Amino acid sequence: MSRESIVNVVLMLGMLAVPLWAYSADEPFIITLTTRAAILAIAGVGLNMALGQGGLVSLGHAMFFGLGGYSMGILASHAQTYTPLMTWPVVIEGTSSMPVIWLLALLMSGIAALITGALSLRTSGVYFIMITLAFGQMFYYFAVSWPAYGGDDGLSIYVRNQFPGLNTLDPIQFFAIVYGVLLLALTLAGIIARSPFGLALNAARQSPARVEAVGISPYRLRLAVYVLSGMVTGLAGALFADLNRFVSPSMFSWQTSGEIMVFVILGGVARLCGPVAGAAVFIALEHFLGGLSEYWHVYLGALLLVIVLFARGGLVGLVAGQRHAHD
Amino acid sequence: MRMTEPVLSIQGICKRFGALQVSDSVTLDVQPGEIHALIGPNGAGKSTLIQQIAGGLQPDAGRVFLCGRDVTRLNTAARSRLGLARTFQVSALAMEDTVLQNAVLGALGATGHPFQMFGSAMGRSALRSKAEEALRRVGLSDHAHTQTAELSHGQRRQLEIAVALTLDPKVFIMDEPMAGLGTQGSQTMTAFLNTLRSEAPILMVEHDMEAVFALADRISVLVYGQLLATGTVAQIRNNPSVQQAYLGTDT
Ligand SMILES: Nc1ncnc2c1ncn2[C@@H]1O[C@H](COP(=O)(O)OP(=O)(O)OP(=O)(O)O)[C@@H](O)[C@H]1O
Ligand SMILES: [Mg+2]
Repeated sequence: MSRESIVNVVLMLGMLAVPLWAYSADEPFIITLTTRAAILAIAGVGLNMALGQGGLVSLGHAMFFGLGGYSMGILASHAQTYTPLMTWPVVIEGTSSMPVIWLLALLMSGIAALITGALSLRTSGVYFIMITLAFGQMFYYFAVSWPAYGGDDGLSIYVRNQFPGLNTLDPIQFFAIVYGVLLLALTLAGIIARSPFGLALNAARQSPARVEAVGISPYRLRLAVYVLSGMVTGLAGALFADLNRFVSPSMFSWQTSGEIMVFVILGGVARLCGPVAGAAVFIALEHFLGGLSEYWHVYLGALLLVIVLFARGGLVGLVAGQRHAHD
Repeated sequence: MRMTEPVLSIQGICKRFGALQVSDSVTLDVQPGEIHALIGPNGAGKSTLIQQIAGGLQPDAGRVFLCGRDVTRLNTAARSRLGLARTFQVSALAMEDTVLQNAVLGALGATGHPFQMFGSAMGRSALRSKAEEALRRVGLSDHAHTQTAELSHGQRRQLEIAVALTLDPKVFIMDEPMAGLGTQGSQTMTAFLNTLRSEAPILMVEHDMEAVFALADRISVLVYGQLLATGTVAQIRNNPSVQQAYLGTDT
């Protein structure tokens, strides 16, 4: 096992140990906090596929996070008022089933990623950053001005959605669901990184001309990973909404995009479990420093600066060491 | 004159960068089995011409044919899939990856199905054996697991050629394959390219005249974007205007 694999296993076991301890100590708040970290980690794993492997600096991933959130909000709000979502041409009812909500979240964020990706991937560098930011803001303002689903005030859901065989209102059981999804997301990211597609994608980040010269279109590789990345982040959005039983336009805000990027950079760009470390540290700082000072973001900023300047591999890179080329 | 159909032919290629006419109605072809050398002073427009042949740059006028097919409107990736393998003057490789990974990338491109998301790329024995064979042929087997960034300049040239080999191309386009190889390396490469021509013809930009004279079946001379002459080694050596424009001092 490589050193990074050991770090990954320790991280994932740690994320399991904290809520289990909290469960035995009867500290439901800690379980919820860890659940929050795990959900944000999923969002980061999504972004890391595009950013780490594809080199796509997207400042618009809140768009997918928000779409996942509103997929949950819209379906569940119709379910709780017993009003159909639409009656024509077919009747579509709301639902409080998590798996169905997840499917919609994946579908909506996938479609949004396909359309916005097809356009924004024609640019690169700072233009790509700005155009993804602009797309994200479009969704934000749309959500703010859409009164049917709460507009600026957001949308509250009174009961957590259901998962077959589990009591989702029990914090530890909801955590188990989230943890399972996180494992799936990491597995997907890991499989893709090693796959032939991942090899080509990583090469396209380093030298697009080389990839073209062997007959592969970098644009298509990037679009494919952008869609996958958006879908994973969208799924995280649906879980986040379920955790809070609340969705609001702030899920679409550029600050949300920025935070997701902070998890990735903090934990280690292109490191499989980087976003897990990043989200965990973020939540821990928010929890411990947030209580001491309302300016805890300053400390976060300082930490981020140190990481960017002195530890390019992020926290995971700091512990696991430099990555060596291997095959 | 040979009567066979050329593998590659370009007709009336024109390209202008502002006031600079970098390609001025260039017409040339590459016949099966030949090494066609493109020579000319620095800034003559050789690399720019290669770019237009490979598809990275659209000509203002003129056409590019690959095996009789008009590929002028196709992009680089499409031309590569039709059998055009190019190497770059300034190495374009995935520097963080290993040497073998770069070669496997070529083998993957050659399959035409790069969107395989399952299974490990390096575990694909078909890709891997093709890549290893290409590395062996250029003499990089010992460096298969080296990170590409650690290769010397000359070794990167060899890797560029190995990647091109994995494509099973119809024609090789090489921009200065000898650059930075040193005398010894240059001789090895010359011997290697000599055997390669039976696999696919080569259009080669090269400043190393010893290599050009040893290898080329035909030589084209480009000066200020214009084709000054095309001919055999003897014809070019004895061409007075070529001597004056390019070879003048060192022959
Ligand atoms: N994108 C560009 N825009 C403007 N001018 C360019 C561009 N690319 C190349 N040039 C100019 O075109 C001319 C030809 O360049 P090119 O690289 O094709 O020369 P070359 O024959 O390959 O030279 P060398 O032997 O030094 O490699 C040079 O004067 C160069 O500065
Ligand atoms: Mg050149």
